[in-house]
Amino acid sequence: MLGGYTYGELGSILAMQGFAGFSLFSVLLLMALGLAIIFGQMGVINMAHGEFMAAGAYTTYLISTITEQYFPAFMPYYFVFAIVIAFFVAGALGYLAEYALIRHLYKRPLDTLLATWGLSLIMQQSYRSIFGAREVSPTLPDWLMGSYQPTEMIDIPINGMFVLALTAFVTFAVFYLMYKSNWGLRVRATTQNRIMSGAVGINTKKVDRYTFALGCGIAGIAGAAFTTIASTGPTTGTLYIVDTFMVVVFGGAASLLGTIASAFSIAQAQSILEFFISGSMAKVYTLFALVLILMFKPEGLFANKVRR
Amino acid sequence: MSFVYNKLMGGKEGLTGFILLALLVLVVFPLCLDLFRLNLVGKYLTYAFPAISLVLLWGYGGILSLGQGIFFGLGGYGMAMFLKLEASSPENTAIQSTPGIPDFMDWNQLTELPWFWEPFGSFAFTIAAILIIPAAFAYIIGAAMFKRRVGGVYFAIITQVIAVILTILIVGQQGYTGGINGITDLRTLNGWDMTSDYAKYLFYLINCALLLGVIVLSRFILTSKFGSLLLAIRDKEDRVRFSGYDVSNFKIFVFCFAALISAIGGAMFTLQVGFMSPSFVGIVPSIEMVIFAAVGGRMSLIGVVYGTLLINFGKTAFSESFPELWLFLMGGLFISVVMFFPNGLAGLWQDYGHHITDRFKFITRLFKRKESLPLDDTAKSELAN
Repeated sequence: MLGGYTYGELGSILAMQGFAGFSLFSVLLLMALGLAIIFGQMGVINMAHGEFMAAGAYTTYLISTITEQYFPAFMPYYFVFAIVIAFFVAGALGYLAEYALIRHLYKRPLDTLLATWGLSLIMQQSYRSIFGAREVSPTLPDWLMGSYQPTEMIDIPINGMFVLALTAFVTFAVFYLMYKSNWGLRVRATTQNRIMSGAVGINTKKVDRYTFALGCGIAGIAGAAFTTIASTGPTTGTLYIVDTFMVVVFGGAASLLGTIASAFSIAQAQSILEFFISGSMAKVYTLFALVLILMFKPEGLFANKVRR
Repeated sequence: MSFVYNKLMGGKEGLTGFILLALLVLVVFPLCLDLFRLNLVGKYLTYAFPAISLVLLWGYGGILSLGQGIFFGLGGYGMAMFLKLEASSPENTAIQSTPGIPDFMDWNQLTELPWFWEPFGSFAFTIAAILIIPAAFAYIIGAAMFKRRVGGVYFAIITQVIAVILTILIVGQQGYTGGINGITDLRTLNGWDMTSDYAKYLFYLINCALLLGVIVLSRFILTSKFGSLLLAIRDKEDRVRFSGYDVSNFKIFVFCFAALISAIGGAMFTLQVGFMSPSFVGIVPSIEMVIFAAVGGRMSLIGVVYGTLLINFGKTAFSESFPELWLFLMGGLFISVVMFFPNGLAGLWQDYGHHITDRFKFITRLFKRKESLPLDDTAKSELAN
């Protein structure tokens, strides 16, 4: 595998593939944060999570098209607004989905899987009917283009750095919300003991609804970030859903720290392997290693001792 | 007699359902449908095998496997490898740069048959492999998961990931597996033309016979003590464990059995359709199999066959005329089955079926009158005495 490369070249390859891994890491982490909140805190398997991400991506695309046509002067700044709006659009969709669908199924976790899969089919077909089957991508503002070259051989794209910064910001925000705010306290209390939380006056139904909406909203941010890396099609969401679930399960369902660690290791393993062997085999090895590890450590990397 | 009636057929209700299903697939379909449609029905019926396996696994055992496509695929690929080797005899493939190996290997610059293809030259080995390899694979997965008490949602996700891994492997390793196109151009079985009308009828009937056999066998498992244990494990796993049963072994057994059934379906699929491709292995087909079971009724061995047929007929009809509507309909079906009819068609029949059976009461009344006649005679003679 190492044949033909000098150590200097290998270092640059590692740095560049590592950074490519950071982009994958960002999207995976943003997706997984939302899923970890929904799955880890509520026990709901949201197979439509990828479609909520696509909702964010399409929102970004729409805003970019509108800005380009009507407010060209606003182009350099629209992206920041797009992220916020993507969050609210996906969050609102999630709120609706929880109200109409999920809240009836909390006692049957395996059935949420089927129902949300149905939801994902409907959302996919809606995207196809509205935006067409072709992949679309928004016009990115100029400051997101180009790359940064610390040395001759290393070439780091700016959009990747932006997404990484965004991910870091969202992660800290989620941490603050879950572990420092009153609302997070209520969410965690509901996870640990639903009946007791209800007894001390927490409106658990409201907590559930906003938790689900928040998870979907974060998926929307993931979608906005995703548009800077690749183009969006109706089936974009499904490509990432399995990986995202692996991230959450591998990290330990109820642990946000575990989610970060596992998103990092999965993305890096895949991205660095990808340089040496074909992309598909890199994915096979990564997933296979994950399954093997999960067989020996089913509770994931960072198990949270929650009484069920 | 009571063993057959109670254990294999599942009492009066099971027997009636079984006879009606047998009449439908063995008599009504062959008489009413032309060969093309019959072949299509045969294809749908192969999906009923994994659906039945999910009744055992999910309906009774409470273990949701999102990877029945793995086993369906393993069975199908096993059969396809045998047929492909036969189709690529040195005479048939004389124009290739390496004659005697399947065409896709030649396109991918392989110069000799890979080792794992070699034994599939023998029909006996292939049949054994179709039955053993999926079951053995299921044993490995099941032992690793259930012994460590991984279950529920985690099991579903992990089986799904294994299905993804297998699909990526098949698509990625084009030279060994035929890639995304799968293994195609399968025409003969032991020198016997598979595409003739006669062969199509024969395969259809074999498929139906196997399906009915699988139903009887599954019924036997479910009416036995094992079936009750399975239900108990689904509802209160810990209590069964504390009663001294090794829960994981029961789960492993039912998972292996489910894999075996699915693999038979896969092999029959290849024989009837004439090819096998990764699009019958991955996440989407695996979840579709679950929805067949859910729509038919996850607790009903007979119901899932109807569920499978119904969805597939619908899919064919809709995707021919309104391809856009189909996904909406399918999604709506998923949601409504889960939310409003958790027991599927079989549950609907149980709740509302008596309205229909009441209409046909006169048939059973006819039979009853005949039975009562001799009684009347004896009654008369008694009166005369």
